[in-house]
Amino acid sequence: MSLININFVYVISAALFIFGLKMLSSPATARRGNLLSALGMLLAIVVTLLASGLSYGWIFLGMAIGTGIGLFAALKVEMTEMPEMVALFNGFGGISSLLLAWGEYHQKPEMSVFIAIVAFLSAFIGGVTFTGSMVAFGKLSGKISQKAVVFKGQHLINAVILATAVGAAVLFSLNPASGWGYIFFIVIVLVALGFGVTSTLPIGGADMPVVISLLNSYSGLAACAAGFVLSNNILIVAGSLVGASGMILTNIMCKAMNRSLANVLFSGFGSAVQATSGDGPEGEIRPATAEDVYYILEAADSVAFVPGYGLAVAQAQHVTRELGDLLEANDTEVSYAIHPVAGRMPGHMNVLLAEANVPYDQLVEMDEINPRMDSVDVCVVIGANDVVNPAAIEDESSPIYGMPIIETFNAKTVIVLKRSMNPGFAGIQNALFFRPNTRMYFGDAKASIQALVAEFKGSD
Amino acid sequence: MDAVYLTFVFVLAIFLGFELISKVPSTLHTPLMSGSNAISGITLIGALASLKTEHLGFAIFLSTLAVVFATINVVGGYAVTNRMLEMFKKKDDGGKK
Repeated sequence: MSLININFVYVISAALFIFGLKMLSSPATARRGNLLSALGMLLAIVVTLLASGLSYGWIFLGMAIGTGIGLFAALKVEMTEMPEMVALFNGFGGISSLLLAWGEYHQKPEMSVFIAIVAFLSAFIGGVTFTGSMVAFGKLSGKISQKAVVFKGQHLINAVILATAVGAAVLFSLNPASGWGYIFFIVIVLVALGFGVTSTLPIGGADMPVVISLLNSYSGLAACAAGFVLSNNILIVAGSLVGASGMILTNIMCKAMNRSLANVLFSGFGSAVQATSGDGPEGEIRPATAEDVYYILEAADSVAFVPGYGLAVAQAQHVTRELGDLLEANDTEVSYAIHPVAGRMPGHMNVLLAEANVPYDQLVEMDEINPRMDSVDVCVVIGANDVVNPAAIEDESSPIYGMPIIETFNAKTVIVLKRSMNPGFAGIQNALFFRPNTRMYFGDAKASIQALVAEFKGSD
Repeated sequence: MDAVYLTFVFVLAIFLGFELISKVPSTLHTPLMSGSNAISGITLIGALASLKTEHLGFAIFLSTLAVVFATINVVGGYAVTNRMLEMFKKKDDGGKK
């Protein structure tokens, strides 16, 4: 097939990607949108394979291995492990851009300055995405500490690394075809891989939604840069769509935490030992038993569940839905209020609740529920902490001051399911727990809700 | 000229991306991520085109490895997104499963 025809089919693929993303604007059409996008990809792959002079042996070997691993991972992964999975896939996207740029350079070292610069960008962004995603994967799956790892001189080290990368890039671009050019390219690759690690390690577990979004964006931009190297339109279009998507999500996540991207990336938030001097929240803790909570819920006309990362950890989504169903059978209006940064990635809670068969029209966003919070009888907070901390509104000295929260304290009664009184990620005590309208229901989230379900069933 | 033309495509695609993605509701942000992840496996196209019979040794190794990783991204990304989106149901048909 001639190059013109191949490029023509790429235009159709790009259109299918765009339609696919457009259909993601509603849960009703989203699934077809994804299939459309997959069709676009299939079309692009098939037409690429029709070109002459390809080594099909290697191609099919590579594709068979990739398909096997990809399918296995996609079908086996638990919904609670989705953040790790996405982090891992982001990393694979990054490394393939790096390898692509390297392969292209290895074959045709005579590059113009422009191509050399985009080859550098593709390799550098791809490398950072790869190791950054691996660190994020390690943190999310608990293989390495979720804590923000900060050490003295961290910023200095990162600055030196970046300066080295820029220096090597300049020297590489000036004379890519020489032996020195190749050495500088290798330096760039190594520096990128190192920078991915040193820039992701200082970021704590609860900031992962920002990091995953950002790495998502990088993986797209790396593909885009690879498209410039190969002069391939479809790589540029698809890569920029992904890059834009990641940037938007990063921005939404940062806003939802009232922090700048720079603050998330460089501050080591949550690791600084908070000298919680004297004036912690006042009041007393009112613990409740399963029976107490049952009576409160049984009498309520409207209940809003507020899930957080604890729900994912305890795998409590199914039992929560069961409780929700029992409440509905009892003529209680049930909704699920979801904070944008609840969990470890954008939309994490929504996927878990969808898995448990909670219909998506019962999921409400923070901005939707806050104005009518005072008409909610009971808020049940499951494994969420900082996203419901009233200090974000009331206490100007609090590190999370200004962050938008779900204003559960405005509900008539708040029930907080929690393992213990340990402070949340931000390392600050939650004033909500000491409010007169709050009852603490201690224990593992799943076991606690199971006890409530048993109470409801026992009463029939 | 080529560089200008490619940059032109790039800029338009970025704007289009912003326009499209800002309409995705927060409920679908996780599938959006995994789906866009699959799209970023588009590097597969580049990797396939670079696996030419005239290339030897190390270049083949780099390209084949790129094919493996990009394929994981494409196949795994679309499959897991489909699995997730299957679970999103409206209230009316929520209980039928």
